Amino acid sequence: MNALGWIMMITSVGTVLALITFCLSRVMSLPPAEVDDLTSPLEIDTRDTKDAD
Amino acid sequence: MIGQKSTEQFTTRIGVILAVAGSAVGLGNFLRFPGQAAQNGGGAFMIPYFVSLLILGIPLCWAEWTMGRYAGTRGFNSAPGIFSVIWRHSIAKYFGVVALLIPLVIYMYYVVIEAWCLGYAWYYLTGALELGPGTEKYDAFFNNFVGTKEDGFLYAGGHGQVFYFILITFSLNFILIYRGIAKGIETFCSYAMPVMAVCAICVLIRVLTLGTPDPSKPDQNVLGGLGFMWNPDFDEVLNPKTWLAAAGQIFFSLSVGFGVIINYASYLRKKDDVVLSGLTATSMNEFFEVCLGGLITIPAAFMFLGVTAATFGTFGMGFVALPNVFDAMPFGRFFGFLWFFMLFLAAITSSLSMLQPVIAFFEEGLGLKRHASVAFLMLITALGSGFVVYFSKGMLALDTLDFWAGTMLIFILAMIQSVLYGWIFGIERGEREAHHGAHLRIPRVVQYMLKYVTPVYLLVIFIGVCWTQGPAYATALQQPVAMMSVVFMALIALFLVILVHIAGRRWENEGRFNSLDE
Repeated sequence: MNALGWIMMITSVGTVLALITFCLSRVMSLPPAEVDDLTSPLEIDTRDTKDAD
Repeated sequence: MIGQKSTEQFTTRIGVILAVAGSAVGLGNFLRFPGQAAQNGGGAFMIPYFVSLLILGIPLCWAEWTMGRYAGTRGFNSAPGIFSVIWRHSIAKYFGVVALLIPLVIYMYYVVIEAWCLGYAWYYLTGALELGPGTEKYDAFFNNFVGTKEDGFLYAGGHGQVFYFILITFSLNFILIYRGIAKGIETFCSYAMPVMAVCAICVLIRVLTLGTPDPSKPDQNVLGGLGFMWNPDFDEVLNPKTWLAAAGQIFFSLSVGFGVIINYASYLRKKDDVVLSGLTATSMNEFFEVCLGGLITIPAAFMFLGVTAATFGTFGMGFVALPNVFDAMPFGRFFGFLWFFMLFLAAITSSLSMLQPVIAFFEEGLGLKRHASVAFLMLITALGSGFVVYFSKGMLALDTLDFWAGTMLIFILAMIQSVLYGWIFGIERGEREAHHGAHLRIPRVVQYMLKYVTPVYLLVIFIGVCWTQGPAYATALQQPVAMMSVVFMALIALFLVILVHIAGRRWENEGRFNSLDE
């Protein structure tokens, strides 16, 4: 294995390892996905009338 | 009325990433990539390889993820439906036939190769593959196992062991697909991907600690093997063939243009991230390909077989050269089992992804229930796999289907998707859609690349492939089995066109596109 071979191997493997480390660390540090089935209070139809006093 | 929302969804962020990565990681990462690199300039091959990854692989992945989620949130999971959402034209759905045909046909022969891997893992476990040194012994075993001597060889008495493995593999695939997206695909990939990584890392450590296995051949050592794979020949970078090989490898490796990513992405919710998830799935595929495939296969083969290591094709490397290597290696039986079990897992995570696009179409296009869709698909694929197994002489049927469906049609689908995204969906809308819920920003230049560079680059590669491989495969059509394979594929395509037509009428009658025009 010559010096250029080492350079190509380390650069290639290093680039991929850096990319996957960056991606996985970002993914793992995110909060759990939101549950979009939950409905916020403002979206609940209370059936109140506008002219109620 | 907005289309009926799918009840199926991925449940976790990492689940969808592992499923897409599992779809992409397959036999090509461990067997095809190292051979391509060694034959096309060694380490220098990585220059066109990474350029192709940046301008072809990653942008196309993002485009597929974006279009898939966009259509999925509008109630469509199958390619004909997704294409109709992206392009509101009555012929759009017919382009989706290509995205159904590719995974369906590839599954028919891929599941057979998957069964070979399971068979080899079993034979290593039982010791039946300890044949002693000599490539010719493994060559004979392989030819006998897959029936390359003559058509119908495996159907004759006493040669059909492979059927047991095909039956197990087939059943496992359909049980998992029947369980659905979350309980079947996502759960299986969540376990299979880490197990695959562990198996591959164990084999990698074994290979890198082999030293000089045969003291009478001091040049055939670990560093010699790594040098054989990675020492660059920069003259090859100036050779167009190298660029063609690199782009082709990236393209096939990432599963772009398979009709799979766009289908998986359609099971995401509107706020789910597609940018970071797409990049993470791509990086996982690259990890298995460059960091594991690139350090295991060719170096190991070189240490035991010398410079002939680069002359084996994909199957020759996997099923002839490497068993010979494991035979000569200390604890070779154990590492042989690990290797083929890992290949089996890599293959099954890919084959599962090939079934889901067609199941999705049967369910939403024809209104079939899950069990009916699964049974219908099992019947069609069993017919195709039976065809491949019967016409096993020289693996001509398999090779022919692989070229027309697994090479040519993939380019065509990628071009269709790239034009759909860049010119019909539009890069402005694409950028906006991609960034809904995104945890990473796509540089603006990528959108222009998707519109102007990627389609042209794809077209150039497509012409290159037609130029270099087309004449040989066109000539091969003079052989009856090759012609029958193409006719068989054409009949399936015609059948799908009819089904897509019926589905389109059904969707129109149900008014599922009405709200999309508003």
